[in-house]
Amino acid sequence: MIDVNRKGEVWIFAEQHNGQLEDTPIELISKGRHLADTLGVKLAAAVLGDGVKDLATKLIHYGADKAYIAEHPMLGTYQTNSYAKVMYDLIHKHKPQIVLYGATIAGRDLAPRIASATKAGLTADCTDLQIGDHTTVKDKKLHKNLLFQIRPAFGGNIIATIINHDRWPQMATVREGVMPMPEPDVKRKGKIIEEKVQLAQGDLPLEILQEHKRPKKVDLKASRIIVAGGAGVGSKDNFKLIWDLANCLGAAPAATRAAVDLGFIDHDHQVGQTGTTVRPSLYIAVGISGAIQHQAGMSQSQKIVAINNDPEAPIFGIAHYKIIGDLNDVVPTMIKTIKEKAIK
Amino acid sequence: MNDDGTVKRSALPAIFNPEDLNALELALQIKDKFGGHITVITMGLPAASEILRDSLFRGADVAILLTDRRCAASDTLATSYILSCAVKKTDYDIVLCGRQAIDGDTAQVGPQLAEKLGVTQITYVEELTELEGKTITARRNIGNGWQQVKAALPVLLTVTGDANEPRVAAARKMMKYKNALAPIEVEQKIKAENPDADEADIKELVAHKCSKLEDKGLLIKQWDLDAIETDLNWCGQSGSPTKVHRIQSVVLAAKETKQIEPSEEAIADMIHELIEDKIIA
Repeated sequence: MIDVNRKGEVWIFAEQHNGQLEDTPIELISKGRHLADTLGVKLAAAVLGDGVKDLATKLIHYGADKAYIAEHPMLGTYQTNSYAKVMYDLIHKHKPQIVLYGATIAGRDLAPRIASATKAGLTADCTDLQIGDHTTVKDKKLHKNLLFQIRPAFGGNIIATIINHDRWPQMATVREGVMPMPEPDVKRKGKIIEEKVQLAQGDLPLEILQEHKRPKKVDLKASRIIVAGGAGVGSKDNFKLIWDLANCLGAAPAATRAAVDLGFIDHDHQVGQTGTTVRPSLYIAVGISGAIQHQAGMSQSQKIVAINNDPEAPIFGIAHYKIIGDLNDVVPTMIKTIKEKAIK
Repeated sequence: MNDDGTVKRSALPAIFNPEDLNALELALQIKDKFGGHITVITMGLPAASEILRDSLFRGADVAILLTDRRCAASDTLATSYILSCAVKKTDYDIVLCGRQAIDGDTAQVGPQLAEKLGVTQITYVEELTELEGKTITARRNIGNGWQQVKAALPVLLTVTGDANEPRVAAARKMMKYKNALAPIEVEQKIKAENPDADEADIKELVAHKCSKLEDKGLLIKQWDLDAIETDLNWCGQSGSPTKVHRIQSVVLAAKETKQIEPSEEAIADMIHELIEDKIIA
């Protein structure tokens, strides 16, 4: 176990593949910056890889105070064991109080392995992180300045705040797109620390035979307008309405988890806690009831239009325009109106 | 919810977590193709026996119910520790888990269990491509594509919903195992049937019924934390570093909601307003 170190730094795991930083570590810097400032400690990025030194400067430009660089030929490609071992060693050595990971495939593969090895707590898919105090129920003991790990919980519209007060470090994964991207400041200076890496052949138990990457079918994060359909759309055939409305608006088609699970559309289009988090100018929610897990991924849209035949649908609670009606009538009317406006 | 903010499991029906069904299906496919012996372990309340019977209907060889009040309030770390103690009691080459549960969605127990067992993990498995001697080749989802990896056994796989279409229960096995029970279920049943019997009588009746079931191969194995030799400090509440600070019901609200009639005119006005506000270009 790691000693409780209240002066410990705030860390982010700087996920990179082939020397390219993912978006999530940069997004984590903006939140990590705030947490570190609140605690009055340094914000550091841990960069693991082979030939990744120049990423340190980039991370500092985005707001990190320090970057720990762990380079080794065996870290060239991500593997659970090698990365977990190096992160474990770094955490042991520097005793950060908080470590944040992107809830990417690699982040969700790596963070629990480290949490298990350090016997620390880990909260998955946080939508917000704050610093706050907690009093334990049993002994009324006050624990100051803990990491509040905030995430939607299951069973309705519930948000849970999770803490760990007796195990260090406090760790959480955060979904991509949940935190805004900071602007880089090329004048920002920071400290780059090169770490010695010790790895043995046994730390690479996987042989990677083949890798095939495909571009995402849709870039929801970059879309100004999103038209999303839920289970209420009814069928894959009827989902054509979503595509048609999206097409005439130059928008990206999206969906709830329920619609994806029903096979209406590919997972790349999923918005919500287990999909993509978006903040477009306009979000049109069609046949979406608005579970908290979905709202977590779209509530920060500038304007929300909701179409649903159920006047009690929770989505109406966050909509700027609510249309109570049959989507099979409303959506074609919208398409017709937009096409007419475009002609004028 | 319980007062401490943990989930009140007894208020929920025991369901087969969807991706655990994919994991079981992959195990069955391995057995069909390469042979082997499938043990299904679940940690939960006595009602979780339902899932074990379902596993037997589908083709599992052995079912083990891991049930103990001291498991209550376990987070993913404590859960993976308890499961690791149970798995260590078995003879295994491959541990299969669903990628994640549909309640918490954390996807943490698989990797944590792999770490506790000290075995290689292959997460997000979509397909098992080869199993030869002591090596396994699998295709895993890496978000923006896939990766084919090879590893020496033992391994732990977490299986996604895309891996397969779980088979349904076999009628013949259903007939055979519909009466399979775990000892705790036998006890509950006998208590209900004999409300006036004293404890000693109940105990005897339970022992008798269990041995009869065992002879027929219908006794679901039941383990508690003592049976799997856990260190209680790492189980339940004390083994769980994450605690609930607060639970809030959220009512997210728009600052101002305009109701639009589903008429052509009203919709045209709304579109017009969105264009005026430069929301639609």
